[in-house]
Amino acid sequence: MRTPDIGAVTDALRTRLHAIWETEPGWRGWLSTVDHKEIGLRYIVTAFLMLIIGGIEALVIRLQLAGPDLRLLTPEQYDQFFTMHGMTMIFLYASPILSGFSNYLWPLLLGSRDMAFPRLNAFSYWVYLAAAIFLYSGFVVGAGPDDGWFNYVPYAERNYSPGPNQDIYALGMMLLGISTTVGAANFIVTAFKMRAPGMAINRLPILIWGTLTASVANLIVVPAVSLAFFLLWMDRQFGTGFFQPALGGQPLLWQHLFWLFGHPWVYAIVLPAMGMVSDGLPVFCRRPLAGYSLVALSTVATMILGFGVWVHHMFATGLPALSLSFFSGASIIITVPSAVAVFAWLATIWTGRPVITTAFLFYASMILLFVIGGVSGFMTASVPADWQLTDTYFVVAHIHYVLIGINVFPVVGATYFWFPKMSGRFLDERLGRWNFWTMFLGFNLGFLPMHLTGLLGMPRRIWTYSDGMGWDGLNLITTIGSFLFAAGVLIFFVNVAKSLRSGAPANDNPWDAPTLEWSIPSPPPPYNFAVIPTIASRHPLWENRLQESRARSTLDRGMTLDHGKETLTTTPMDAEPERIVEMPEDSYAPLLLTAGLATLFAGLALKAWPIAGTSGLLVFAALLFWLWPRRQLLERAPAHG
Amino acid sequence: MSATPLDYLFSSAGRRADVTLPLTWFMLIVSVVVCLVVAGLLLGSLRGAKGGGAAETAAEPVRRDHAGGLRWITIGLAISSVPLLISLIWTMAALAQVAGPPRRPEMTIDVTAHQWWWEADYHGTEPADSFVTANEIHIPVGVPVEIRLRGGDVIHSFWVPQLAGKTDTIPGQQNIAWLEARRPGIFRGQCAEYCGAEHAKMGFEVVAQPMAEFQRWRQDQLQPAPPPATQAQRQGYALTMARCGLCHAIRGTSATARGGPDLTHLMSRRLIAAAMLPNNPGALGGWIQDPQGVKPGALMPAQHLSGEQLTDVIAYLETLQ
Amino acid sequence: MAEAALARPGPLPVGPIGRAGLGFWGVAMLVASEAALFSYLLFSYYYLCATAPAGWVLEPAPKMIPGLPNTLLLLSSSFVAWWGEKGVEKGDRRRALIGFGTTFVMGTIFAGVQVHEWAGKAFGPTTNGYASLYFTTTGLHMAHVVVGLIILLCLFGWTALDFFSPRRRIAVSAGILYWHFVDIVWLFVFTTYYLTPYLGFGT
Repeated sequence: MRTPDIGAVTDALRTRLHAIWETEPGWRGWLSTVDHKEIGLRYIVTAFLMLIIGGIEALVIRLQLAGPDLRLLTPEQYDQFFTMHGMTMIFLYASPILSGFSNYLWPLLLGSRDMAFPRLNAFSYWVYLAAAIFLYSGFVVGAGPDDGWFNYVPYAERNYSPGPNQDIYALGMMLLGISTTVGAANFIVTAFKMRAPGMAINRLPILIWGTLTASVANLIVVPAVSLAFFLLWMDRQFGTGFFQPALGGQPLLWQHLFWLFGHPWVYAIVLPAMGMVSDGLPVFCRRPLAGYSLVALSTVATMILGFGVWVHHMFATGLPALSLSFFSGASIIITVPSAVAVFAWLATIWTGRPVITTAFLFYASMILLFVIGGVSGFMTASVPADWQLTDTYFVVAHIHYVLIGINVFPVVGATYFWFPKMSGRFLDERLGRWNFWTMFLGFNLGFLPMHLTGLLGMPRRIWTYSDGMGWDGLNLITTIGSFLFAAGVLIFFVNVAKSLRSGAPANDNPWDAPTLEWSIPSPPPPYNFAVIPTIASRHPLWENRLQESRARSTLDRGMTLDHGKETLTTTPMDAEPERIVEMPEDSYAPLLLTAGLATLFAGLALKAWPIAGTSGLLVFAALLFWLWPRRQLLERAPAHG
Repeated sequence: MSATPLDYLFSSAGRRADVTLPLTWFMLIVSVVVCLVVAGLLLGSLRGAKGGGAAETAAEPVRRDHAGGLRWITIGLAISSVPLLISLIWTMAALAQVAGPPRRPEMTIDVTAHQWWWEADYHGTEPADSFVTANEIHIPVGVPVEIRLRGGDVIHSFWVPQLAGKTDTIPGQQNIAWLEARRPGIFRGQCAEYCGAEHAKMGFEVVAQPMAEFQRWRQDQLQPAPPPATQAQRQGYALTMARCGLCHAIRGTSATARGGPDLTHLMSRRLIAAAMLPNNPGALGGWIQDPQGVKPGALMPAQHLSGEQLTDVIAYLETLQ
Repeated sequence: MAEAALARPGPLPVGPIGRAGLGFWGVAMLVASEAALFSYLLFSYYYLCATAPAGWVLEPAPKMIPGLPNTLLLLSSSFVAWWGEKGVEKGDRRRALIGFGTTFVMGTIFAGVQVHEWAGKAFGPTTNGYASLYFTTTGLHMAHVVVGLIILLCLFGWTALDFFSPRRRIAVSAGILYWHFVDIVWLFVFTTYYLTPYLGFGT
């Protein structure tokens, strides 16, 4: 037991903490760091890279579809392109980018010095990187997955897809599942244990609610898809009969397992982004978020309902009408919590004094895109309508409004918003306006007409179409729009590159925002907070102006926790101080374990059993090394050997 | 806008599509109105707003929450729940109408989807009353017809937009769809579930005819193929049996394979190659010689016939009326 | 008052004490995710079972020997593990070693009997969907047993090296929690494959 020292933020304290928390410079530190900010940035950079790759694939697809009967790609190439595009955007961009922002921001928002499990955090990133490379290994040699991102059987079975294409997809997705699962576990424990004293559950930023909800979902549903891919791999490798009707298996089992995962996953890749808007919009409207509690509740409610709507992806599979009507009803009802968020955002703007910055433009336009993606989802929730709409370009338009509208737009907005915190420099606002308008106009030009393409019957996943179907003009417009949109994204990256070098310098709290991350230097020091702050409200930096109560947060005085690499854990609900914890030093264990896993999966893909076996041993050794009880972490009794 | 082949927004010609069309329009209009209202609210909220960057943001004073937000949410939810509720009830009512036919269908057609064509089995009361055709499904007008969808190789989806929505064909299970055409006509169908290389070119047609006309068609289809009459036809016949017969069936001959479409009445069909080409000697010849040119990835091998051989084969195939 | 307690807390524990610590939360997360994995496997079984033709369940009347005694053996090993954990808690190293060692032996016997049972099956993993699921579910459980046995071995070794004390023993609590999980999951697997056929599932 120890009574923590209380002190003010002094230079001496900063120097001491810096020495304790700093990552070793050079390649050693680079390979072993467990700093959540470094890991978060890596996630963000890698995910944006995937966005670029997936975007290029999309442009190739759009060229192929620009007019009828074009032959830029063969059907086999086209099938790989659309599969890789979907897989890349959904699994390698949309979710990791949010993990990246959350990784970077969570401890800063929560008033902690790191995530609950820093080494697990590093591991989660390395595995993501390995899985991304793994999933692309087939595509670069012309044997990429080619059955769409949801990979229906029996087409994905060996008799119809004898090449290595689907093996790579199956194994890669299992590998990626490990990353997602450990990442989710880390977020959940961090949310419940790693908050500054006083940050009770009703004072969490909405981004925390969003990522927490998404993480709980991921923890529970990712095993479904990992299992599905494992069973598929067994079918392909050993001839088991899970999905093969001839052996008493069922193709529909795949669809159930996949969508049990798939639908909650869709919410997992939008809820944190909605949280970004809920937290960011109020800053530019100069008032707190309207209806905080309702928005937090609706975030959770969306996910709970989200577990019960997976069958709406399977309306046409011949299920009994009774079960269809249940899932149809649930899918219509799920719009209610989303509507809560929309009205809360609108109310925040109406009753505030909006300042139109680039970040604001991205956030505010997201509301409209969210509604467009929402109402098209509402249409597909109606079984009779969906029997016409499903598997047409209407659904393609819907998914793009959801993923681009509710993920890409908030993420770009969030980059404008937090870039000063991360780099100490602003993104250029003038270039930002060009960035926004090109993306916004390009996106809507490309994807709004696509709804009509679908209503005129264009099925999705067709490599070409004949003229006379009424789709020519619409497709050409979509192609033009996508290129305009891509130009907008390009401007964004140009802005990032330019501003990193010559952006205007930013102070600690350039937007005059209310939350904890703005109380520390930009960019934050390795230890985040020199003293652990004590929180008295949802808006620690606006308390004097909001005058909501007499209690005040204490940010410049608090526990110093400088006896080692220490931070504080608190109780799950009220965030009362509970324990001083030692955080692990930088470690190679995460990288080693990843190397072991990656070679294990490569061995399985190449059917090189000795390699797989040997790397299995490496995995075991890395785990033993990792989990060996350490005195520094107080996992061992001090008095003994 | 005039109807395009797969359009289901501006035209419907069957009982199921008829029920779905107004529901789709209602939801579409609600959706568009909602989007316009939100866009309007967004624009309205920006009246008097000023542009700027960080300096302008930080300069603006922070306002206290005047609790006006909750009213927005409650009123917004109250208003939006009305169209939501109507859609829910309408959906259930429409589902009840389209899920099953209003009366027991008197006729059942077994449809099997293959990579990348459609097989249709018409059953009679006895075997002599049954026949198989492909890619062109005839139905009588004004009566419900049951379509038993048998899973073939991989998952496909049976879709004739102007008559009815989609029903998947799934290996290992039998799904039931039904069609009822309100008026005679030719309605295009298309596979709607991704099924491999030529998913794009897996079309078919549903021909809805008055009952008498349909019965005549049925009687025609029951006839076996006539024997070849001319020299060219005889030579073509021999080639057809030796080559085409490996995968195709022609009733009344020794070709009985079921790997590709039944050719017994090939010439009675409007289109060939799963509704991708017109059925004329030129297109037929091109298709036989180079299927991959029309449908890359198609499972039918190119035949590389000499010009004379091709003429003979077509001469014979033209007898399959 | 409350504010003061937040800003200036009294003495706080440093590091994990007993089972309280982040590590325990971590294993709890792992267990939650793994439990989900097994629920999806069992869902797959019930789903296929409900839609499959007659005769799909290859063993409509599974033999209770050796499955039932083996199940009881695995379940009782949980109690022995708990008894051993109490040994660490009381600072009784000998009791802890006996506890972990015995649990390890019981677990090994369970695994051996299970392998023996596999060998005696009239069907293999590729016979049909039922067989595939039976071998995959019990096989995946077996993988968890093996992991649990390795953990027990580690705990045994670390206890022998005198790593733990009544205060510092988070690894023991976390490891034993995992073993309890392995045992409880088996209860569901056993019920599904050995008991539900008698209740008429799939027959």
